[in-house]
Amino acid sequence: MMEDETFTDISGKTISLDCQSHSSFCREFTVSSPKVSIGKVMVYTCSVWLLAYAVFFITQNTAVLSSAILITLVGMMFHIHFVKVDHESLLIIGSLGIQVSSSYASGREITTFIEMSKIKDIVINEAIYMHQIIYYLCVLLKDPSEPNAVSSVVPLFQSSKPRLNCLVKVYKSCQEILSKSQ
Amino acid sequence: MVLKIFFPQCCNRADSGLLVGRWISGHDSAVVLAVIHYPFIPGQVKQYVQQMQAQSGVELSVLGSWSLPKEGQEGMESFLRDLSTIFPQERWLQIRRQMGKTGFTCEVLSRDQNAVAAQRRVKKQKKEEEEDGDAEEKEEDEEKVIFVHYEQRKVMLSQLHPIDSGDAKTDPPSELRQVFQTVALSQPLFFLDKYDDGPLKSTHWQSEGREASIIVELLKQASVPLCLLLSWMLSVWTWICSVRIFNFYPLRFLSSKLSTCVQLSYRTEHMKTLSSPKPAAGHTQFMRKANMLVSVLVDVALGVLLMSWLYRDDHITMLANTLVPAADHVAKELDQLLQWLMGAPAGLKMNRALDQVLGRFFLYHIHLWISYIHLMSPFIEGILWYGGLSACLGLSFALSLLSDMVALFTFHIYCFYVYGARLYCLKIYGLSSLWRLFRGKKWNVLRQRVDSCSYDLDQLFIGTLLFTVLLFLLPTTALYYLVFTLLRLVVVLFQGVLHLSVDFINSFPLFAVGLRVCRSYRLAEGVKFRVLCDEPGVALHLLMEINPLKVSTVVQTYRTPTYSCYPRDSWLALVKKLFVGELIYPWRHKTTKAD
Repeated sequence: MMEDETFTDISGKTISLDCQSHSSFCREFTVSSPKVSIGKVMVYTCSVWLLAYAVFFITQNTAVLSSAILITLVGMMFHIHFVKVDHESLLIIGSLGIQVSSSYASGREITTFIEMSKIKDIVINEAIYMHQIIYYLCVLLKDPSEPNAVSSVVPLFQSSKPRLNCLVKVYKSCQEILSKSQ
Repeated sequence: MVLKIFFPQCCNRADSGLLVGRWISGHDSAVVLAVIHYPFIPGQVKQYVQQMQAQSGVELSVLGSWSLPKEGQEGMESFLRDLSTIFPQERWLQIRRQMGKTGFTCEVLSRDQNAVAAQRRVKKQKKEEEEDGDAEEKEEDEEKVIFVHYEQRKVMLSQLHPIDSGDAKTDPPSELRQVFQTVALSQPLFFLDKYDDGPLKSTHWQSEGREASIIVELLKQASVPLCLLLSWMLSVWTWICSVRIFNFYPLRFLSSKLSTCVQLSYRTEHMKTLSSPKPAAGHTQFMRKANMLVSVLVDVALGVLLMSWLYRDDHITMLANTLVPAADHVAKELDQLLQWLMGAPAGLKMNRALDQVLGRFFLYHIHLWISYIHLMSPFIEGILWYGGLSACLGLSFALSLLSDMVALFTFHIYCFYVYGARLYCLKIYGLSSLWRLFRGKKWNVLRQRVDSCSYDLDQLFIGTLLFTVLLFLLPTTALYYLVFTLLRLVVVLFQGVLHLSVDFINSFPLFAVGLRVCRSYRLAEGVKFRVLCDEPGVALHLLMEINPLKVSTVVQTYRTPTYSCYPRDSWLALVKKLFVGELIYPWRHKTTKAD
């Protein structure tokens, strides 16, 4: 079952949610953030180079120009490899566990797998952030020594930060699978 | 409940036969380790499985049957179905695959129900799930199966982190950890390859022929006499070191202060660990030994590189020729500094008499030191030449020797610092005590607090006089103290940099980082799952890949512990000590207990 409605994140940018159901107990949710816009890239590059030309005009030192080019290139590479998240996905497999992965614009993927025996529940939490109240989906992990206590919280979809309507959809789907396997 | 079957990728195209593996209790999953092909004699199979169980310590059993029908093997399926009676199990798996299709089908037979009634089909019909509510109810209590494909060789060699310490913990190991342990311990099962003439033929990752490397085997053979030689040499060395003459107090104290001796004893410990003939027990021990060996080899290589640079083109003569003029230059600068202090430094007005005394005292010391350097100057080249030979033991030795030589050559700065600090410290204590007298208070040693006290008039008179004298002499002493403390701190910083680099060479786990870069599956943080293209009507297939450990975690986990020097006090305590005039020894060695 493929779905592609338009959701927004907490700052208003459009994101898309993709739900795939591989079987009755295995589902995958992918939240994609908007891509890097070419207009923004051009604005940044032009402003950096104009500044470099102005400095060059004053100091007549060519090292300024080459360092500006180097800084722009390195900055762009750093941004797409470490900062810009392309999509985040959640793969839930009943009685095996949950896999959370986020992939960056350069193709790098960071994946974590949490086994079902360590998972207590998946919940939607509220957080007060300055003047806003934001909702986020998180996984509660069990404490090995105390079966009823929560040892830690793993927040999901941290970079895309979808709104409540998107989270509710994912939450309902996950709870169907979790209730069957626990 | 969902049944999970961990299936090795190498057996995807194996001929029909029996599945050998282990049921993981408590988690409703099974790990398939090998497939034993038809034709076989069931009695021999049972014997083989028991033999393997005894050798490996893993609870192996026949899990079920596997059928991949080729042309001319029609009667296979019924034959394999009847085998469930010969191998009595709680559950009997019947996995079937058709050539050309990617999915498997699995039927699970349970022992207590008879074969006909208990055959529960596990076909996944996606359309039925969504549309037909009645069909869902019918499949409600049916058993669902997940096939998790894993690459057997990688899982066998990999080690999950955080490493289990081995002692009995309160909670049993998790499912994935048990899977990894099962595959790692079942090595004897993978020795039977297709070239063996035995009665059984099996498929696993090594069935195409056992893997071995000639270099590794040769190294293993060569390592035994090498270890013996090394341990003999080490015993001779330890005997020399423990000779009584070296245990006298001054030599003992000196050898604990000189960083070369400390480094020597540290490396001897390492070599003792390396030269033990027993193979490493467990992953941590193996990594530690490997890291030590690689670090020693790299150290020696860098040292030999340094030596080749040093002994070429008369670099030593050049160095020796610049050393004496450099020492002269330093002495001249110190001279000028003292002359400046004896005048009116920075416009401050010093107490003339004390200034002259202190200045002349320090000038005489510098004169002594310069004559000492000039006395030693013909021997410096020889010292450098023989000292450079120590680099063949390793770069860390050359660096610690350099640090010791710097300490020896700047001994006068250390002396000046001690004199200045002691004088200043005395003055500060005197001032604080007399200040209390000035206010009519006294330090109560018994109660460790300040109490009021009534003094006699003559006590007050003398006390106030002394207080005034000390107060007006304070700027002079403070200035000398400041200058020499700064000089001392510069030397300490330089020595600290050298010690830190020696520490880095000693403790950095090069082998672990190299393993993480080249064979990243050996150090696993966890696993990753990927859904393989699933067809409708077939059970779920997942691919399990190994998620390697982050490089920073590798360095943190496998750091060799050293006698590392680290700052003894926090910044605040250091500044306070400097202010009061206590002697500071900013770097502390872990092994030295005396403060």
